[in-house]
Amino acid sequence: MRLDELTRPDFPILGRIVNGRPLIYLDSAASSQKPRTVIEAMSRYYERTHANVHRSIHTLGEEATELYEAARDRVQRFIGAAHREEVIFTRGTTDGISLLAETIGRTLRAGDEVLITELEHHSNIIPWQLAVRDRGAVLTAVPLRDGEALDLEAFARLVTPRTRVVAFAHVSNVLGTVNPVGEMCARARSAGALTVVDGAQAAPHLPLDMSTLGCDFYVFSAHKMLGPTGIGVLYGRREVLERLEPGRGGSEMIKEVWIDRAQWNDLPWRFEPGTPPIAEAVGLTAAIEYLEKLGMERVAEHEGALSRQAVEALAAIPGVTVYGPPSSRERGAVVSFAVTEFHPHDVAALLDAEGIAVRAGHHCAMPLMRRLAVVGTTRASFSVFNSPDDVAALTTAVAGLPGAL
Amino acid sequence: MTAVPGAGAAGSSGGFAAATDPGGRYRKGGEAPLRGIPLPYSDIIRQRWRQPRFRGELPGATAVAEDVNPLCGDRVRLMLRIENGTIAAARFLGDSCAICTASADVLAELIEGRARAAPGVGKSDLLERLQSDIRPTRMRCVTLPLTVLATALDKPIGDPDAAR
Repeated sequence: MRLDELTRPDFPILGRIVNGRPLIYLDSAASSQKPRTVIEAMSRYYERTHANVHRSIHTLGEEATELYEAARDRVQRFIGAAHREEVIFTRGTTDGISLLAETIGRTLRAGDEVLITELEHHSNIIPWQLAVRDRGAVLTAVPLRDGEALDLEAFARLVTPRTRVVAFAHVSNVLGTVNPVGEMCARARSAGALTVVDGAQAAPHLPLDMSTLGCDFYVFSAHKMLGPTGIGVLYGRREVLERLEPGRGGSEMIKEVWIDRAQWNDLPWRFEPGTPPIAEAVGLTAAIEYLEKLGMERVAEHEGALSRQAVEALAAIPGVTVYGPPSSRERGAVVSFAVTEFHPHDVAALLDAEGIAVRAGHHCAMPLMRRLAVVGTTRASFSVFNSPDDVAALTTAVAGLPGAL
Repeated sequence: MTAVPGAGAAGSSGGFAAATDPGGRYRKGGEAPLRGIPLPYSDIIRQRWRQPRFRGELPGATAVAEDVNPLCGDRVRLMLRIENGTIAAARFLGDSCAICTASADVLAELIEGRARAAPGVGKSDLLERLQSDIRPTRMRCVTLPLTVLATALDKPIGDPDAAR
């Protein structure tokens, strides 16, 4: 049985009619839909268990704490982290990268360098711009080689003894390019730089194993991987986290407080000030359970097949340009394309009229758009519930666009 | 009603439109939806996008401005030639969607001959001329040219009379 045949009944939203057509949702890279188990786990938590975690000495508080910490264990296993205290809950990928940029940023000195790449999401650019600003540190970017992959020779040259941080996406949210994380992390580490990997587009799509990936930090969001909005994960190697001073304060992240000083809590709570997203952690647990039941290898295979189908069918339509690696090469579950003469927003509006939801615009990657010399692209992205029929409906609608406006 | 290529394919009947778009939300002033699709694009938007009348360079422009819609990267450049306090000519250039292009084209048409001090064209005028109900997410596509106009009138070039 194909994965979508197995999963479609689990996603209530797929029963919606949009503009007179059954919804075809091809925007999971922006935010995926949720299976019933995730929705019900969160409702059940609010109906039966909710209380604040860690400090409530009553039954509900203890149950909520247990569920919240169980989510951490679940994430640890899902990403192959060596220790549970290496899993820090955040509000999402942007929040996780910002936390790192603020924290590491305070240790930057004049002449230090932070290296990012041309294909980053703004969430992996702006926090570093803010981090280097006013400190005399420098932000540089690895260029693209051919409009589809990073120039790894340039990367090797750009990592120098002055490089303090190398931050890059595992999978490009526009091109779908899968960057060689292991190779890049090894090069960065040999120069003494910390590595931060934006896994927002990889965690929903690929099996992850922190023990072999070789990065210091790995950041992703729950809502792109069938989970709820409002929670994300920051994985950090324990030895590195232990050296970092917290950048954000509040409850939960301290052991003892005086008016003029405080003693920090242990990992991972040191980096989790304030009441955390508890119901969202419960939802994330349910999402991971769902994905693990399917098997991430199978998820990657299914979404990879849909991407290949989309790349080949779209590229065969006259007037359509597909960006990113060719179908023979590995790519994430996203396919960006352009239709001659059509602005991406018009493409998305015309597809929406057929019940097909896609993303259009710069995808929060303006430097990459500039590099590709486009104002934006239209992007279809795939999840476990998408079928080859969904891709066929997309390509038929795209082929009909020239006559539609 | 203009014939549109490809419109004949899968049922552009009024019956289908009534079934899928009972409120006629995206059809005001437009025609029957294409291939059974209710569209936000009116005839006017389509025509102005396909064949804009005011798109192009404006030699001798005395006021020029350009702005970007951060949401989608739409970029519109508006060029005005102001003579004796009147907008004598207006042209635009842009990398923009159909709605934004049509809006810029209609705006240029409306402001020609108007007083520089008070061209008196607003969002509602544009929406009326475009004859389309625009969703809130696309409203900035309509208003971007207005923003550019305001900037252009604030920063005329080579028009000392108009300097504030």
